[in-house]
Amino acid sequence: MSEMLLEVRNLRKHFPIRRGLLARTVGAVRAVDGVSFSIAKGETLGLVGESGSGKTTTGRCVLRLVEPSEGAIRFDGADLRALDAESMRLMRRHMQIVFQDPYGSLNPRMRVETLIGEPLEIHEPSMNRAARRASVASLMERVGLSPDLMRRYPHEFSGGQRQRIGIARALATSPKFLVLDEPVSALDVSVQAQVINLLQDLQRDLGLTYLFIAHDLAVVEHISQRVVVMYLGKIMEEASRDDIYARPLHPYTKSLLSAVPVPEPGAKKSRVELHGDIPSPAAPPPGCVFQTRCPIAQERCRVESPALIDAAPGHKVACHFPG
Amino acid sequence: MIDRAAVARGAREGEDAAAPVLELRDLRVDFDTDDGRVTAVDGVSFSIGKGEALALVGESGCGKSVTALSILRLLPRSARIAGGEVRYRGKSLTALEESEMRRYRGDRIAMIFQEPMTSLNPVMTIGDQVGEPLRIHRNASRAEARARAIELLDLVQIPDAKSRVDDYPHQLSGGMRQRAMIAMALACEPELLIADEPTTALDVTIQAGILELLASLRERLGLSILLITHNLGIVAEFCERAVVMYTGRIVEDASVASLFKEPKHPYTRGLLASLPRLSSGATRLSTIPGTVPDIRKLPQGCTFNPRCGDVMAVCRGAVPALMTTGEGSRARCFLYGDEKERGA
Repeated sequence: MSEMLLEVRNLRKHFPIRRGLLARTVGAVRAVDGVSFSIAKGETLGLVGESGSGKTTTGRCVLRLVEPSEGAIRFDGADLRALDAESMRLMRRHMQIVFQDPYGSLNPRMRVETLIGEPLEIHEPSMNRAARRASVASLMERVGLSPDLMRRYPHEFSGGQRQRIGIARALATSPKFLVLDEPVSALDVSVQAQVINLLQDLQRDLGLTYLFIAHDLAVVEHISQRVVVMYLGKIMEEASRDDIYARPLHPYTKSLLSAVPVPEPGAKKSRVELHGDIPSPAAPPPGCVFQTRCPIAQERCRVESPALIDAAPGHKVACHFPG
Repeated sequence: MIDRAAVARGAREGEDAAAPVLELRDLRVDFDTDDGRVTAVDGVSFSIGKGEALALVGESGCGKSVTALSILRLLPRSARIAGGEVRYRGKSLTALEESEMRRYRGDRIAMIFQEPMTSLNPVMTIGDQVGEPLRIHRNASRAEARARAIELLDLVQIPDAKSRVDDYPHQLSGGMRQRAMIAMALACEPELLIADEPTTALDVTIQAGILELLASLRERLGLSILLITHNLGIVAEFCERAVVMYTGRIVEDASVASLFKEPKHPYTRGLLASLPRLSSGATRLSTIPGTVPDIRKLPQGCTFNPRCGDVMAVCRGAVPALMTTGEGSRARCFLYGDEKERGA
């Protein structure tokens, strides 16, 4: 077994729902509800799910950008949740995030030089201006941007170039681990391919470990070695990339895969149709969270929540009737 | 009682039942910008027959949405139709007075948009909105409109339509809102539905349901559909024909079967090759070098030439015409011209 860089155990994030004058807590949105996974050094773990599945909150909890309600996070041997604010701040140089929206996540009033150099200003305060500029230039080259563009503002760049800026900024402190939160979802097809290739090159050259969060199953399959499928705050299935796509065991994974439109005319697939909508994470259904939409749900599923268990070596599934 | 069939099916003055449902002829749309006049849609021609589903495909800024908006003359103030014609059943819509045009919008031709939340009125009930086209175009009474709205909500498979009819948009999920939009679009039994990225904002399992609904409505109602999308998977599953746009121009027009099997234009080929596909086993994605040019500063000659792997001397000097590449298919590329056109 290769060495684990990140280990997440029983992660929970419940956002309180407050009502009334006294803002009393009347309930909780169970955004993430008992999630465990680990990522080996140099590996890419794909985290897939639809809106409200908790995948983004999971990514933020791992970096403690959102404080988890419960659970343990071990990163590179350190217990992240035991760290005080200052130690956590120092730790963050090793773990960075790239966001989906390259328009919303870059300060429009900052020049590219400042944007990419800012993490260095924070984490390498002793670095002088000239050295920082040289670092920014090499980071820009690294992500395929000309350093000549350093003095420009974000609005002068295309969506794909902005995402490259976001990646350069995340790489500034030479991190070991990146959370990539829908990094290519807002990009056009041809630009998406360029950015995916860049992420793969960077991983190979810099030995990076990725948590790749996305809703696009084809993109996740392309980039990940292992895949976790989430639904309503819980993990439904986890397996190697090849296993999960060739032999999905959970009815939710099957329906998700069968719902992807395939760019091959006439390729008729048997669609596993889902009825209804994702329930609110503030009021998840009893038993299995997927039972309200599951095509094969039985009585047992409505009362008993299935545990995530090994169905085959390295293939975990949370379903009473897998396969 | 509204005699729906009589009103809907009766051809209006100037319409020809034998003509295609929609025909665009050499359409050109100009925008006034701070940097001067810019042509966003340049010489676009295609037609859609009865019951046909045509995809208008391309990346951001290619002009596909502007083309769609110009059909219904819903362009922003800074834009105008600078040339060409849009015909519905042989009748020119571009020449109509605004008051005449209004008789077509939401009646013979309806449109649905990407974001149902921003296209629905948040302070009107679903029922009032779905019934509104009937009140406007068919003089329906309140009660008639409401009764028909319930039927329409049923038609688009919104469960419990009788009580949902009184809901406000925020009480519906994203998928249900898009269904309500479709119900509203179908109220007057249009012949043509323009769907601009109708599922882009939705989750993949919800998207599958909406596409299935559109396919079944098309079959049952004989609806013609113009689908604007960037998703090539949806094109393959939903449409028979596809028109690919790049920098405001059509670069390829072909049946979906031949487009995916044998894409002709180097841009279409690049686009299809850059798609990550399920279970393809590819380790590296193919890419198109460079980026889409700014339409204010288009390259000389073929606008794709700086990114094209098959570029020839002629491509840098002249804009290729749409050349015939097979039965009913065209590509804007000198590779398919004769020697004279290639300047050889």
